[in-house]
Amino acid sequence: LAKLGAVKTGYGQDLEPNSWADITSYNNFYEFGTGKEDPARNSADMVTDFWTVKVDGLVDAPGDYTLAQLLDGMTIEERIYRFRCVEAWSMVVPWAGFELADLLNKVGVKPEAKYVSFETAVIPGVMEGVSYPVLDWPYREGLRLDEAMHPLTIMATGLYDEPLPNQNGAPLRLVVPWKYGFKSIKSIVRISLVEEMPETSWNLSNAREYGFFSNVNPLVDHPRWSQATERRIGGGLFARRQETLMFNGYEAEVASLYDGMDLAENY
Amino acid sequence: MTTAQRINLQLKRVPAWPIYVAGALVPCWYLYLGLTGGLGVDPVKAMEHALGERALQLLIVVLAVTPLRDVTGVSLVRFRRALGLVTFWLVSCHLAVWLVLDVQILSQIWADILKRPYITIGMLAFVLMIPVAITSNNLSIRKLGPKRWKRLHQLTYACAGLGAIHFVMLVKGFQIEPLVYLGIVLALLAMRLPRPVKRAVA
Repeated sequence: LAKLGAVKTGYGQDLEPNSWADITSYNNFYEFGTGKEDPARNSADMVTDFWTVKVDGLVDAPGDYTLAQLLDGMTIEERIYRFRCVEAWSMVVPWAGFELADLLNKVGVKPEAKYVSFETAVIPGVMEGVSYPVLDWPYREGLRLDEAMHPLTIMATGLYDEPLPNQNGAPLRLVVPWKYGFKSIKSIVRISLVEEMPETSWNLSNAREYGFFSNVNPLVDHPRWSQATERRIGGGLFARRQETLMFNGYEAEVASLYDGMDLAENY
Repeated sequence: MTTAQRINLQLKRVPAWPIYVAGALVPCWYLYLGLTGGLGVDPVKAMEHALGERALQLLIVVLAVTPLRDVTGVSLVRFRRALGLVTFWLVSCHLAVWLVLDVQILSQIWADILKRPYITIGMLAFVLMIPVAITSNNLSIRKLGPKRWKRLHQLTYACAGLGAIHFVMLVKGFQIEPLVYLGIVLALLAMRLPRPVKRAVA
């Protein structure tokens, strides 16, 4: 595999990343099955060459972009981020990627746009999970425009300076480190700039449990479990739980995005 | 002699004790796997889920004993106590893994039991299994009398239903597997409903 040559940054230098094996063998990617090991086992047949992403909606330059066109002019940086799943486990991942803001500026966001909506590929026959109505396919996610433009929000193309494995959302995925992992949509084929808050898959599936914002918040429990603590993957059988941090440890950077909002109501 | 009778005769020679030995070793096997990397990168959840699922599967075997005899004549009743007690052992280990390795924090354990319906239901199933497990011996049958003992052991039906619902409630999205378990449990319970007596038409 060719190294991506991601530029080192200061992000997460104090964090101890999980191993390649941890990050690539324990995934939620329901298109390839609901078990944590299913994506690694079942995603090998997904072909990510000649990948195109449809960019549409309220943009100046809509169209079907090849991955090369999207990546042209982007600086691939290493970003070591905490990753907190809504299921109360966590990892630290050394992503390689570029800021979503750079992509949005490249295609030109029209002033009416207020949200960004994303869609994951649906490839029947390759993604065995999409034969079952686990979720309403395609998988959809969304961000408010200011969240999307935030410098912490990246489009990842790799991890450990290697191209993203399929199970981690190759060839292009979102990473929003202060939100629960399911917001960081994988294998993106469509990005739309829209005026209304977009529909999101987990919210459609169970609105009471999964809100649009889904910011990591130890004070707001999931209806079925506490979010106050998390199990750090990789610690073995006897690892102690650790405290979950407000906005997953990115409070200083992102709290101002939600000034005046009731975070329990806007979960 | 029918085939079923021949099978039953052969089964009489099979002892029940290996079921206890194998059952006792199941959690040890998972512990060994968990300590040596055989359960993947999240051994706590893997162990918790495996023990819960094995227990539910075994409970289904226990519930199948009577319908199997009714339909085929083959009787596994001799092994039912061992299967039931091993089920209780696996559920106890499942609970212990959740308490000690997963949640760990006492205040959070109580909050979870009271506030989270799927955990409340799982705990209820466990509590209902305790009197059944304690009285799974010949002395209890004598002391309680067969009728009362049998009624007490019908709590197993509730445990199986609650266990299956517990599984359905804990998954995310619409998943088939737990619904299949619930369907099997309900079918096995439905086979016990009193059937209408056929009357000769005059």
